[in-house]
Amino acid sequence: MKQRSTLATVLLYLISAVVVVLSLYPFVYAISTSLKTGNALFTADLLPSNADLRNYRALFEGVQPFGKSLVNSIVVCFLTVAFAMLMGITAAYALGRIRFKGKGLLLVSLLGVSMFPQVAVLSGMFELIQSLGLYNKVLGLVVPYTIFTLPFTVWILTTFMRELPGELEEAAIMDGCGPLRIIFQVFMPLLWPALVSTGLLAFIGAWNEFMFALTFVVSDTERTVPVAISLIAGATAFEIPWGTIMAGSVIVTVPLLLLVFFFQKRIVSGLTAGAVKG
Amino acid sequence: MHSRTRTAWLFLTPMIVLMLIVAVWPLARSIWFSFTDTNINDISAGQWVGLENYFGEYGLFFNPNDEEGFWSGDWGISIRNTFGFAVVSVVLETLTGLGVALLLNQDFKGRALVRTAVLVPWAIPTIVSAKMWGWMLNDQFGVINTLLLNAGLISSKIAWTAEPSYALWTVVLVDVWKTTPFMALLVLAALQTVPKDCYEAARVDGVHPLRVFWRITLPLIRQPLMVAIVFRLLDSLRVFDLIYVLTSNGSSTISMSGFVRREMVEYGNMGFGSAASTSLFLIIMLTAVIFLRLTRVKLAEDTP
Repeated sequence: MKQRSTLATVLLYLISAVVVVLSLYPFVYAISTSLKTGNALFTADLLPSNADLRNYRALFEGVQPFGKSLVNSIVVCFLTVAFAMLMGITAAYALGRIRFKGKGLLLVSLLGVSMFPQVAVLSGMFELIQSLGLYNKVLGLVVPYTIFTLPFTVWILTTFMRELPGELEEAAIMDGCGPLRIIFQVFMPLLWPALVSTGLLAFIGAWNEFMFALTFVVSDTERTVPVAISLIAGATAFEIPWGTIMAGSVIVTVPLLLLVFFFQKRIVSGLTAGAVKG
Repeated sequence: MHSRTRTAWLFLTPMIVLMLIVAVWPLARSIWFSFTDTNINDISAGQWVGLENYFGEYGLFFNPNDEEGFWSGDWGISIRNTFGFAVVSVVLETLTGLGVALLLNQDFKGRALVRTAVLVPWAIPTIVSAKMWGWMLNDQFGVINTLLLNAGLISSKIAWTAEPSYALWTVVLVDVWKTTPFMALLVLAALQTVPKDCYEAARVDGVHPLRVFWRITLPLIRQPLMVAIVFRLLDSLRVFDLIYVLTSNGSSTISMSGFVRREMVEYGNMGFGSAASTSLFLIIMLTAVIFLRLTRVKLAEDTP
């Protein structure tokens, strides 16, 4: 490796420091706010003078059932991801490993669906949800969430499938393995990192979804967390409970940050799999 | 090999049927609704009104009641806002993303730490980042006004998210903060595919680093960079949640998606709202096609 000049090194670390501070400061400040109460809230100090967990308690004891929203979000996200994976694996095998007419068109339409503005189906989806009897039911959100998780899951799994060694499959076919056994017994051990990447990204997408959750669910007890946070209100219309809002924000974000830290490599490879052809 | 093709279609059928139910059918119904006067409270009572929602007396386009002109109406404003937001934030985050990617492509102690830190804004849910920034940018108690006042950069507190002349640009900044990591990661992945000997050769020949970047690096990462830009452009054209939460969906910053949802859900005009959503769909599709044509980017390979 080439030697850097002292000036370049100093500059490098200076820029790195700025980037790190800009990336982390807002969330650190949110944590700090969530620990402040009373007048301390209105000071700009980063370290709360007498930190306590009152905001967190208020969140779960308040009028809005935040605990219920958390459970709702977790259940909906797991169901959505499990469903998309189940449907996605076999479809990705077909798209990634088998040559057939119409494949290019199918891939392009999948990409089209995952990139099109979801608001374009809002009224049709409203009617569908209502006629299925799923309006104002949190589990009903699995239906609209499938619009963006399924094409995305298939798309990314296809790019991973394509890279698996062809000899492995040929040998399995020689041994008389059917396509299902090839997928679930031969490929699975090689495929699980891809499944982790895809599953995590789909989970994060569903966890953050706001517009469908805001529109198709109206009762407090059926809300998901993003909507619950956006609706946290104070005792009066003029008083916004920033401490409680930040407490909710921290609770919703920390699990995601932990996932990102532990599975950093998987997430990055999933993000880039769809877009960069190396 | 005939049976392989059959297997393929067999495996694809569940997904295709599902996509027909959850995407194609609702889209078709939305387009249908756009030709009716359907109200959200009684969907089945809607009557066919033809192109009334698009070009009629109270329609989206060529509305005779728009005395101040198309671009001053809420729909016109929402189109301007959406495109202004999308273009400025995609340009800015491409620049910041490139910068961060170039930084992370250097060899230095602590690089892993910086990369992890950079991922944090990406991992924070949009609603949370909207609330977080909304609090920091609060006009009375926000830390940003306090810091700027103390530094003497501003003389009085600024209502970042409420003052119409600032609000949209505040939204842009928050969006750039949140999406720079995505851009940086995609660009970094592309940078890592550039063969090292390219740089070595250029260095030996004494080419200026800026020239190396412009002449070697940029052309080599052009394709993946463009793909990332297309992704971000389409994503920002459908912006809803960030604006809805950060500026309380006020009409000065409303986006096209926000306009559609307001007409449809809050005002109950499902037919008119569907006309807006169908127009939005067509406008975004057209933008995507034009952009892809101009940049000659291929998004999907046809054969493996």
